[in-house]
Amino acid sequence: MILLPNITLSPSRVDQLLVWILQGLAAFAGILVLLIVGFLMLEAFPAVRQIGFLSFFSDASWHPVEGFYNVMAMVWGSLLAMLGAVLLATPLGICSAVFCHFYAPTWFVEPYRKLIELLAGIPSVVYGLWGLVVLVPLIGQLHPPGPSLLAGISILTIMILPTIALMADASLAKVPSVYLRGAIALGLSRWTTIRCIIIPAATSGLSTGIILGIGRAIGETMAMLMVCGNVVQVPTNLFDPMRTLTANIALEMAYAVEDHRAALFFTGFLLLGVVIVMVLAVDYIKQRHTYA
Amino acid sequence: MGGGTLVEAKDVLGMSARSTSRFQPWGPFEERSACCEPHPLIRAEKLSLYYGNTPAFEGVSWSIYQGCLTALVGPSGSGKTSFLTCLNRLTDLIPGCRVIGELSLGDLNVFAEQTDVLQLRRQVGMIFQKPNPFPLSIRKNLELPLREYGIIDRGRTDHLIEQTLNDVGLWREVQDRLDVPALRLSGGQQQRLCIARALILSPQVLLMDEPCSALDPLSSGVVEDLIARLRGQYTVVIVTHNLAQARRIADYASLFWVHDGVGQLIEEGPVSQIFETPQHDLTAAYISGVRG
Ligand SMILES: Nc1ncnc2c1ncn2[C@@H]1O[C@H](COP(=O)(O)OP(=O)(O)OP(=O)(O)O)[C@@H](O)[C@H]1O
Ligand SMILES: [Mg+2]
Repeated sequence: MILLPNITLSPSRVDQLLVWILQGLAAFAGILVLLIVGFLMLEAFPAVRQIGFLSFFSDASWHPVEGFYNVMAMVWGSLLAMLGAVLLATPLGICSAVFCHFYAPTWFVEPYRKLIELLAGIPSVVYGLWGLVVLVPLIGQLHPPGPSLLAGISILTIMILPTIALMADASLAKVPSVYLRGAIALGLSRWTTIRCIIIPAATSGLSTGIILGIGRAIGETMAMLMVCGNVVQVPTNLFDPMRTLTANIALEMAYAVEDHRAALFFTGFLLLGVVIVMVLAVDYIKQRHTYA
Repeated sequence: MGGGTLVEAKDVLGMSARSTSRFQPWGPFEERSACCEPHPLIRAEKLSLYYGNTPAFEGVSWSIYQGCLTALVGPSGSGKTSFLTCLNRLTDLIPGCRVIGELSLGDLNVFAEQTDVLQLRRQVGMIFQKPNPFPLSIRKNLELPLREYGIIDRGRTDHLIEQTLNDVGLWREVQDRLDVPALRLSGGQQQRLCIARALILSPQVLLMDEPCSALDPLSSGVVEDLIARLRGQYTVVIVTHNLAQARRIADYASLFWVHDGVGQLIEEGPVSQIFETPQHDLTAAYISGVRG
């Protein structure tokens, strides 16, 4: 019992208060998401009505000034850069975590972890700058012009690698040690144990890491703007310049008005859609692979 | 007393044909046919184990006979689990853990430099207190050790899985749901699956660390009957706090005790000796202490 001058607050009332506060906060978070989605819809609605939903996918090109609003080139740009980065960063990140947990010498683990945490904290504009000054010229030497899908994928990979590695690290640490002991007592080799028991047991955490990586990759704006070349076209090979949905918004928002502006909001809406689809896909895969 | 009620419960359910006597709470001692020629398989010579500088047990000299069921009893902290983990070198996992003295399994010097630990653990299976099936399907739990040792032919693995599940009395319960997660089984079923997993590679020795203590009396009885049936085919070393159980199923028993925080082997011999004519005062006290 907590005694206050005028009221006697029993533990259960404190508890009730806490529940209300927590419920309030949860509701706030939920409402915030709904508000943002609602705002996007509201702003994008004029475009869908004026220009027509199908025009976004069937127009000749993206030339807002002339009234052409085909966003598919940028959808492909965003998707390809993200997929490439996730496909590269996922195995690398998981390998890094597995190495940390099962192979690295003890003195090495903590500094290595700190380094990855540091990498996760570097602002994207710094990665972009590095890409612009170092990576793009290198790619340019290999195959001109330089700013390209490949540069985008590389930068994104480096950016989401620490996220995935840290999440994988945390989820491997959460795998109950009884599984490990059981496997070792059975005489299973380290590699079999990791591949057949530890990784499947950590699927849930691993996929959360992948989802975060996808989110970060799709949403990355500044670095993409700096290294991808921003030409509105569907890249046909790794060395083609391209433009992502996010870079498009950042580039044109400053001067866009009326339909053009609404069209940009529509692309924001599309981004949200892409993220949701990817998250659902990862969830689906996760569910098919967990036995817990 | 837990052991007594177990016997009664089993009798009521007709699971065991043993009769209870009025004079001894555990019923009359049952003379077992010598399961085995007393041929020592595991031999410990002045074996001591240290966690860092703290001894867990010291100076254990003891032989464990092939094909027999040997029980380790004793108070908490007397080093029973530690002794067990020496036999399959699970001690390797604990940093700072040192083992001094001689331990041999047949002709194999367990702690020798050149001993192949994976081979050793294939010969010496282990069952833990808490059932620890891997978070995979029932089939995969059993397939994993088989595959690890090169048995990948589907027909052969299926045959071995069926045979082993039959041996542990689980086949009829799970035959049409081999692909469901093993963690959906009941505790007792999980423990029998773990035993099956250890048996599927036909080890020589089976170590069991309180295999029934996390189970309800009924499943505990089922698992106990299973363990009793392993006699002769495998050399079973079982740690148990349930003296009635040790008495019911073991051929040989030993008492571990703590002196000044250090575990010691006080007395070992046939169960009849330990429970009927204990040579050591502590044994007599421990037996009767739990009895009264
Ligand atoms: N990993 C470890 N690190 C340090 N000390 C340990 C470790 N495991 C056990 N010990 C210590 O070694 C001693 C023996 O422990 P052990 O687990 O072998 O006892 P036990 O007889 O199995 O007890 P219980 O019946 O409670 O299971 C105890 O004092 C324990 O604190
Ligand atoms: Mg123990």
